[in-house]
Amino acid sequence: MSRTFVGMPPFPTAARAALADTQLRANLAHATTTIRAKRAAVVAELDDWEALRLRAAAIKDDVLLHLDEHLVRLEESLTARGAVVHWARTAEEASEVVAQVARAHGVDEVVKVKSMATQEVELNEHLAAQGISAWETDLAELIVQLGDDLPSHILVPAIHRNRAEIRAIFEREMARVGRPAPADLTDDPVRLAEAARLHLREKFLRAKVGVSGANFAVADSGTLVVVESEGNGRMCLTLPEVLVSVVGIEKVVPTWTELDVFLTLLPRSSTGERMNPYTSTWSGVTPGDGPQEVHVVLLDNGRTRALADEVGRQALRCIRCSACLNVCPVYERTGGHAYGSVYPGPIGAILNPLLKGVGHDEQTDSLPYASSLCGACFEACPVRIDIPSVLVDLRAQVVDAHRSGVPKPEALAMRAAAAAFGSGGRLAAAEQASGLAGRALDALSSLTRRGRRAGGRRLVGRLPGPGAAWTDARDLPVPPRESFRAWWKRTDGGTR
Amino acid sequence: MRVALMVTCLNDAMFPDAGKAVVTLLRRLGVDVEFPAAQTCCGQPMVNTGYLDEAVPVVRSFVRAFEGYDAVVTPSGSCAGSARHQHSIVARRSGDPGLATAVAEISPRVHELSEFLVDVLGVEDVGASFPHAVTYHPTCHSLRMLGVGDRPERLLRAVRGLRLLDLPRAEECCGFGGTFALKNADTSVAMGADKARHVRESGAEVLVAGDSSCLMHIGGLLTRQRAGVRVMHLAEVLASTEGATRAGAAR
Amino acid sequence: MSARDEILAAVRGAVATARRPVEVPPLDRPEREGDVDLFAARVADYRATVVRCPPEGVAAAIAAALPERATVVVPDGMPYAVPGAVPDAGLSSAELDATTAVVTTATVAIATTGTIVLSHGAGEGRRVLTLVPDVHVCVVRADQVVDDVPAAVRRLDPARPTTWISGPSATSDIELSRVEGVHGPRTLHVVLVGPADGTPPGAVS
Repeated sequence: MSRTFVGMPPFPTAARAALADTQLRANLAHATTTIRAKRAAVVAELDDWEALRLRAAAIKDDVLLHLDEHLVRLEESLTARGAVVHWARTAEEASEVVAQVARAHGVDEVVKVKSMATQEVELNEHLAAQGISAWETDLAELIVQLGDDLPSHILVPAIHRNRAEIRAIFEREMARVGRPAPADLTDDPVRLAEAARLHLREKFLRAKVGVSGANFAVADSGTLVVVESEGNGRMCLTLPEVLVSVVGIEKVVPTWTELDVFLTLLPRSSTGERMNPYTSTWSGVTPGDGPQEVHVVLLDNGRTRALADEVGRQALRCIRCSACLNVCPVYERTGGHAYGSVYPGPIGAILNPLLKGVGHDEQTDSLPYASSLCGACFEACPVRIDIPSVLVDLRAQVVDAHRSGVPKPEALAMRAAAAAFGSGGRLAAAEQASGLAGRALDALSSLTRRGRRAGGRRLVGRLPGPGAAWTDARDLPVPPRESFRAWWKRTDGGTR
Repeated sequence: MRVALMVTCLNDAMFPDAGKAVVTLLRRLGVDVEFPAAQTCCGQPMVNTGYLDEAVPVVRSFVRAFEGYDAVVTPSGSCAGSARHQHSIVARRSGDPGLATAVAEISPRVHELSEFLVDVLGVEDVGASFPHAVTYHPTCHSLRMLGVGDRPERLLRAVRGLRLLDLPRAEECCGFGGTFALKNADTSVAMGADKARHVRESGAEVLVAGDSSCLMHIGGLLTRQRAGVRVMHLAEVLASTEGATRAGAAR
Repeated sequence: MSARDEILAAVRGAVATARRPVEVPPLDRPEREGDVDLFAARVADYRATVVRCPPEGVAAAIAAALPERATVVVPDGMPYAVPGAVPDAGLSSAELDATTAVVTTATVAIATTGTIVLSHGAGEGRRVLTLVPDVHVCVVRADQVVDDVPAAVRRLDPARPTTWISGPSATSDIELSRVEGVHGPRTLHVVLVGPADGTPPGAVS
């Protein structure tokens, strides 16, 4: 994968392009509707879902507030089990550890399990710059990689592609990097999956170095957990002689027992299954079984910045299930690319600003506003991240970061509104003015919309200037001649 | 019991009929509702856009207006949510412990209309008559921030002559979202267009909701599409009686 | 300062004023027996095959589950007879790739989710053994079936590698349409043994 999210436009601009893509809209609507129904069905099977959520959130909060202690314990356990522990402050440091391991073994390729952390640090690009190919082995990641594309969903990264597009990508690109697609390939998903199986099997069997992330890291046993469906994870974790796992520092759970709740919540929330096909757990090196050289890279890359955010800290509870994406009405219509990050959707709208900080670039600053604050994400989140509250807090951080500069029209409007709303008297005066404006609009509407009315009220058609954002697609009623306040005063509360 | 009407800035300036309907309805139920003239806005437009400093004077005026009332009733799930869940954030920002105390005192007394009717007054049949096919959009803040549940539907089912039709994907956001409707107008309209389609599919003559803001957005799309479906605030339907059916105001 | 010390210092700085004890509510679930019928039904939901038999019928059930003329590998410590099977004497990945089937036991099974868990000791073998061959026949005893995931977690030793298997490998990456059989064994065949007092033998699905 050579493309990255660097240089993506702010959300409203990217969203406009995505909304115009009817194929994308259809793919997304189908996918999110399907997965929502599956999730709802398996969540309803458990009568203690809310108790599970509360326990999971509490476990993660406890971990986060004592993260230093848990990380030190994790390091001790891993080391005792024969793993080599590395610490990476930045994306570059994490990628360089993997590159060093590859170089030490003289390989020019590694096989990869789908992992958000390695995507976040742009590992593949870093390795490619050193002449090392990183083969994505998850089917969707393979589609994205072969198509020189970007992932658009945490769980189903090629959700924006349909079967015909995937067939074309396989036929065009597989031969370039390994076993070609079968000559009689069709766009039947069964045949496409078979093509991927054959293409990747030779890579699995010859790979010396595997790279993974981890869904969970158990501090007191040094156990890493990878949750997957296709078996590509098991291949990468088992067949190579050397395994490097890049793990965000927030992935810690204190003890093995606490996995009970997470292994219950994750599959039901993410794929809408009672259980995912395969879960692998391993603790360092197991003599005679699997990789005999095991590295673990503990990654910060902005996580300690997020941890310091009083309101936003809860985002580090995230277990990357993507339930919030699937229920989000904004994501359903724009897809993941509009968010300009490997973390799209509601969680991406808070995680990216928390990891990177606000006030530096327009794209990141646009993300907290990429939500109608409807709250569907909070309701679906298995670890109860109050995404709407974090979004609102981040919006304040964005505004505060720009307070010293030249105020935007929006800031001036908010100041004016604050002045008007600071007293009932001032507001009454403002409303009288709006009543006047209403009369002017009324006259205007009789020209622009030929006096169209609804329920007795005149409507404003398309307005020029800032009003266009509303009226390009929506009518606006003309303000009434008399406000409620004026009516109450005139009629003494309707009694005269 | 001293009850204050918090009419909301949007209803005050744009949809006074919703406020008048609350007054009519509550008087019919024997509640002598007052309108504190010092009230302005709950501050939600500022808070949800990130302008916390600008929200401080607004919340101060809110507190001044509603201090001393036993209950504050408002025809808006969103503004009730703002008062109950966001005023404490603004008070903390102000650094004024007095404001924080006043907010903590008033916030729990703010009720969205359907909550006030069902929980405080204990009524579901408000004696209304509205012989029309209606569908109900549960606005996000009523549904998920306040948790009003099926209170509005219970109230509507008790209305004489009213036929309540199912709204497909009812619980999905209409796309208004305050300044989201302007800052992300394309996405907002895409969401609203789907909501408007579902409203048309419901077969209803009238779309009812508890928030004028969402109704202004959906209604603006419906009239632009010449869909022939009116929008009305829940209060207006509940205020309607035989022979005095209110005409739905355009939104 | 090393990366380690810098990260740990940043963590301490980030939570310095926020540290508080967090009360973690325990999982408050009644102890329930594992429902063997439910397990069989849930495994079948994944389009895996489940065959139930009494203890004396295991060898026949295994033989019936294996494809004709299959090359079969078994791990060390396999308690059931598998005629003609090759014992795993450190076969290479390529050799396993040329092997049709593997027969193993399991450590625990989960009724609610239809999951079998291997911890790769005696009778279960190295992880690669149940990964590369295309057919996995797994013998599960009824007394190994627990109610749900939490009960399974409590029965397992974190020091061992574990593999949790819920049906054959699958993907939904293409238009969310489920395809069974990607990289792991495309056929999963569960032989469910007992209880000894005699559930009648026969196929559940």
